[in-house]
Amino acid sequence: MASILRFRKLCYLEPVKCSPLGFESFETPKIDKKESFEIPKVDEKNESVVSAVEEVLEKPTKKKRQSKEWRCTDYCCWIIGYLCTTWWLLLFLYHSLPANLPGLKVPEPPGARLNREGLTALHPVVLVPGIVTGGLELWEGRPCAEGLFRRRLWGGSFTEIFKRPLCWLEHLSLHNETGLDPPGIRVRAVPGLVAADYFAPGYFVWAVLIENLARIGYEEKNIYMAAYDWRLSFQNTENRDHALSKLKSKIELLYVTNGYKKVVVVPHSMGVIYFLHFLKWVESPPPMGGGGGSGWCSKHIKAVMNIGPAFLGVPKTVSSMLSAEAKDIAFIRFYKSILLVHGVSSFILFCRTVAPGLLDSKYFRLQTLEHIMRVSRTWDSIISLMPKGGETIWGNLDWSPEEEHDCDSAKKRYLQPSLNENSSNNTDGKRGFQVKERMKYGRIISFGKAASDIPSSQLSTLGSKEFMRASTSTNSHASCGEVWTEYDEMSRESIQKVVENKAYTARTLIDLLRFVAPKMMQRAEAHFSHGIAEILDDPKYAHYKYWSNPLETKLPEAPDMEIYCLYGVGIPTERSYVYKLSPSDRCNSIPFQIDTSADGSDGSCLKGGVHFVDGDESVPVLSAGFMCAKGWRGRTRFNPSGIATYIREYRHKPPANLLEGRGVESGAHVDIMGNAALIEDILRVAAGATGAELGGDRIYSDIIKMSERIDIRL
Amino acid sequence: MSTLKRRKGSETKRVSNSEPPIDKEHEKREKERDEKQKKSKQEGDENKKRNLKKWSCVDSCCWFIGFICSIWWFLLFLYNAMPASFPQYVTEAITGPLPDPPGVKLHKEGLKAKHPVVFVPGIVTGGLELWEGHQCAEGLFRKRLWGGTFGEVYKRPLCWVEHMSLDNETGLDPSGVRIRPVSGLVAADYFAAGYFVWAVLIANLARIGYEEKNMYMAAYDWRISFQNTEVRDQTLSRIKSNIELMVATSGGRKVVVMPHSMGVLYFLHFMKWVEAPAPMGGGGGSDWCAKHIKAVMNIGGPFLGVPKAVTGLFSAEAKDIAVARAMAPGVLDMDVFGFQTFQHVMRMTRTWDSTMSMVPKGGDTIWGGLDWSPEEDYKCNKKIKSNDSQTVSQNGKGSADDAKCANYGRIISFGKDVAEVHSSKIEMVDFRGAVKGSNLANMTCRDVWTEYHDMGVGGINAIADYKVYTAGSILDLLHFVAPKTMKRGGAHFSYGIADNLDDQKYEHYKYWSNPLETKLPNAPNMEIFSLYGVGIPTERAYVYKLSPAAGCSIPFQIDTSADGGLGCTCLKDGVFSVDGDETVPVLSAGFMSAKGWRGKTRFNPSGIRTYIREYNHAPPANFLEGRGTQSGAHVDIMGNFALIEDIIRVAAGSTGDDLGGDRVYSDIFKWSEKIKLQL
Repeated sequence: MASILRFRKLCYLEPVKCSPLGFESFETPKIDKKESFEIPKVDEKNESVVSAVEEVLEKPTKKKRQSKEWRCTDYCCWIIGYLCTTWWLLLFLYHSLPANLPGLKVPEPPGARLNREGLTALHPVVLVPGIVTGGLELWEGRPCAEGLFRRRLWGGSFTEIFKRPLCWLEHLSLHNETGLDPPGIRVRAVPGLVAADYFAPGYFVWAVLIENLARIGYEEKNIYMAAYDWRLSFQNTENRDHALSKLKSKIELLYVTNGYKKVVVVPHSMGVIYFLHFLKWVESPPPMGGGGGSGWCSKHIKAVMNIGPAFLGVPKTVSSMLSAEAKDIAFIRFYKSILLVHGVSSFILFCRTVAPGLLDSKYFRLQTLEHIMRVSRTWDSIISLMPKGGETIWGNLDWSPEEEHDCDSAKKRYLQPSLNENSSNNTDGKRGFQVKERMKYGRIISFGKAASDIPSSQLSTLGSKEFMRASTSTNSHASCGEVWTEYDEMSRESIQKVVENKAYTARTLIDLLRFVAPKMMQRAEAHFSHGIAEILDDPKYAHYKYWSNPLETKLPEAPDMEIYCLYGVGIPTERSYVYKLSPSDRCNSIPFQIDTSADGSDGSCLKGGVHFVDGDESVPVLSAGFMCAKGWRGRTRFNPSGIATYIREYRHKPPANLLEGRGVESGAHVDIMGNAALIEDILRVAAGATGAELGGDRIYSDIIKMSERIDIRL
Repeated sequence: MSTLKRRKGSETKRVSNSEPPIDKEHEKREKERDEKQKKSKQEGDENKKRNLKKWSCVDSCCWFIGFICSIWWFLLFLYNAMPASFPQYVTEAITGPLPDPPGVKLHKEGLKAKHPVVFVPGIVTGGLELWEGHQCAEGLFRKRLWGGTFGEVYKRPLCWVEHMSLDNETGLDPSGVRIRPVSGLVAADYFAAGYFVWAVLIANLARIGYEEKNMYMAAYDWRISFQNTEVRDQTLSRIKSNIELMVATSGGRKVVVMPHSMGVLYFLHFMKWVEAPAPMGGGGGSDWCAKHIKAVMNIGGPFLGVPKAVTGLFSAEAKDIAVARAMAPGVLDMDVFGFQTFQHVMRMTRTWDSTMSMVPKGGDTIWGGLDWSPEEDYKCNKKIKSNDSQTVSQNGKGSADDAKCANYGRIISFGKDVAEVHSSKIEMVDFRGAVKGSNLANMTCRDVWTEYHDMGVGGINAIADYKVYTAGSILDLLHFVAPKTMKRGGAHFSYGIADNLDDQKYEHYKYWSNPLETKLPNAPNMEIFSLYGVGIPTERAYVYKLSPAAGCSIPFQIDTSADGGLGCTCLKDGVFSVDGDETVPVLSAGFMSAKGWRGKTRFNPSGIRTYIREYNHAPPANFLEGRGTQSGAHVDIMGNFALIEDIIRVAAGSTGDDLGGDRVYSDIFKWSEKIKLQL
């Protein structure tokens, strides 16, 4: 604002001063001029209405009255003026500051260093953004969205949330039955690098990586951002927007125009499974697939560098589906007073920078969370992030692969530089004895803290059959305003039934969701599958709904390709939840909420109703690393051609001081995109290095051990 | 301290002199004390006054700023709180109900998105951003250097010029600098904030169902020569791949291409490139265009060049071809660079090869000789009348006697009298052999460098002595004054007319953007439209003079004192104007569609149908209309409702005949007939 103002003045008030020299002498001379304009005016008019200042100058007789008036109104003006001037001055100083303060040492970006090493752009790079991070813009809307044509509804400054919240929600929702556009509304993904370079002003996603790539010679012609509408199911992005065809054509073009160099693909978060879907799609025959033929991937792709991959899903999704709350929201609910510190939009990642407080304030007058839930339940893509592989992967009532995870020691361990060695067998065994009970991570949702601890024999669980039979009497009271979530259609009894079941594992969860959100699951299950394939050659696996599940597809026939799993570790990550019934207020229509009072003893992983494990704050290590560590390692049935896999973990280290921003050593799900080590790895691969040249695996967590515990046929 | 002492002294004197009663003394003291108190009171008052005065002096400034700020914020708040439809409401209250935008109207008629559309922006209008720069451009990574706010022009002008210039020898990036075109629709929807280029058209297309997946902006770096966009950025390959993709994903429906301004030539180049065999071309095969393109709708296309381009190269005076005119005059005329703005601009623009694609093509055959030009009977003042009554035929009656004052064929003449007299009376001294004299002022001109400094006085005078230049000799002139630029340009562009189109040499890419030296592709079902505005005086020929000799400046400038007077209104401020869209004369925009390609000619062997759609310029009725919905100006025509409607209809499947065939207001057919060109 201020800069605009200043600019205007510069140009219109004082055209002569528009030279760069004019900037320095800007503030004072202008003011003087104004003064000299004002005073004679007063003389001429000699009327009392004119500003009090001049009157003090001219007529000391009226001094007293005047000075009083001064205090009353003009004091404010004075303050504002003072602030503005100071602000401008600071702004000016800031602008005239050299970019690099000599005292402040900015670490050299990895791109610059590698450029000096002699790395240059070789392989074209394709970036695949994840959920939430891509911008969405309006192409056709209802009357309430007048004037927003081709403006960003998602991403950018999010001003429309505040200006017309209900309109905004309406436009971001998809059709409840088809999962596509509601009639009369077209919201589309922003294309190009701008789609996801910054999520909100100053909050980088891909920008740092792009900048570093540019330093070794990349530019628009060999970087491509595969933006897609992340609300849709993957196949629908092709049906509606031809996003997959576009990606295919772009990759082919990049391959040809860059001297037949294969591309390096860098997907992030949900983009990882989107690209998995693409890999299958592109080789499948035309009606359903892209018709590239079975050699397409091996011909065009050098490496897939998955950042923070959510291969096997994210437990957070479950809680957001069930009650529209992830950890962050639950806390906010509890501490209403710190509304502004942590905002959220429940889904998976980091909207928390943007929509602060607003969700829980009664901004929408009624039931913010319910609105959010209603909107997010129309987004099919969220289902793609549901935990996959059922109890085999995520553990059952009594067992889970991470059960030996010790939150306290984990933290300590990460502080020590050499860590791979110290967890030798005997300490491990000891820990097993010390911790009275192993955490029961397998129970992703349990009702009541007790239910999350006690042995399974004491749990009263209903069979899923019985569960489904619980009748849904749909005669709900229609008095709950216009907010509609499917919970309104559930009777109190069936909710009670849900709660009686006490604990849900990854397998029974699906049943639970089918029960509480039947429409959504019906839509979603046409597009996604969450099981483990028995026989991969079964013709049913040619259907696109299996393509994004690594446990139900084979990797393409491309022995020269490389797959990387790059992710952060060392941050507590949500793994399972303790729930409770909400106080029964009929219109507060989400009947469950996370029991934030459930806290474990010291050193326990239970905090605020959530069990934590190691991960990058969003994706647990297990989900990110398992496929690379075991599922695809070597020649397995999921990886018939023996594509090489590499795990590269990045230990989280919070930024040392405020000036560092989000840090160059962060391991958090999105902030890792600014991690210097990760960027270096990507640049090296893009410039031609192989995984072995990078140094192979780089592991800090227990991923190998965890994976070993998972009993899956390979 | 000193006063105290003095007082004491006097007191002691008094005491010693006479011994007054103590009570008197006491009284006196009291009095004194009172006085002191009074004094101090007064002093206090004065202090107060001074305080207040101080307040007024400095703080009133603050007050003033605060006042302005508050008001500004308040207005801004009101503006933001204003419902979006408010301006429209006000406009309607004043001018009566507005017509529906064409998109809405046609949507109601039931038109739906059918053919994918491709936009090809022209020169200047596309945004450019920085990918690699020198030290001085720190922090501008991926920020727009061209387009947007142009903030950097003010902040670091020399740095900006340095980055925008290209290498003087290769016409490519200077070392260490990479400026690349912005991609996507944002590249040219708005040129500067609020100054639309493609935005209105895009918005209207969106109304009938277009979106990102079936619209494509073929953004390219408009500074470099057409073939170099492929060499450096693979832009042509990208366009090809995108068109193929759009055709494939929209069920085999061919694309409708809409090039604007220089984009017209660029797309002409593309059509030849894509069918040419692989090393130099795109290897699409000879039926690529037939398979992929339904129609090419050229908006304001300078097929045969623009006279403005000559002055731009010659003396940097036409400022810039299209939009920069609206934007730049203020910027360029000011002494932003501290010294010699023009020279800096000239140096920069001369490194841009693309400007040479718009030098008039076809020589004297098209543009007229010393005593003849196709537009010679055009009358400036009558034009307005005839346009209003829409009786085009009236123009034909223009009597020949006073029309003779405008010899349009003489694109550059030195002195007004030279421009008017008959050719036999002009003494022409050939400049071609003239020796370029020794440099007169190279050192004093600091680092501004234009090629004029290599010419010396001799060369400059030789040029002025030649007096008159036609389209043919202008090329020699440019070769003489800007040898390096023209050498680069000559490798990429050609300006002649082909005698034998089957000659092997015409397979070289430098001929591809000249419609008079290429054949249209073999695509009989394709359609070519020429859409352009008419009714605005457009620069056609210039009267020059030598500048007052100052060592550092450009030695020639337009003689703005040359006015035609009543008899010859076409000459104004040293510029002869004809009918056109303010930038492109009708002849250049319409000739190919009117004659060169009409029917089966040697330039159009497969008989692609051509249509001319002219849009008569009507200035915006009032201020609220902005740039008008009936404008015919070169860039503003992109907001012309009639043009948008035509485009949408074609995109939705209409053919040229469905639109109603030709729609002509100007004399283009008559003028075309006068041009003797073997077809």
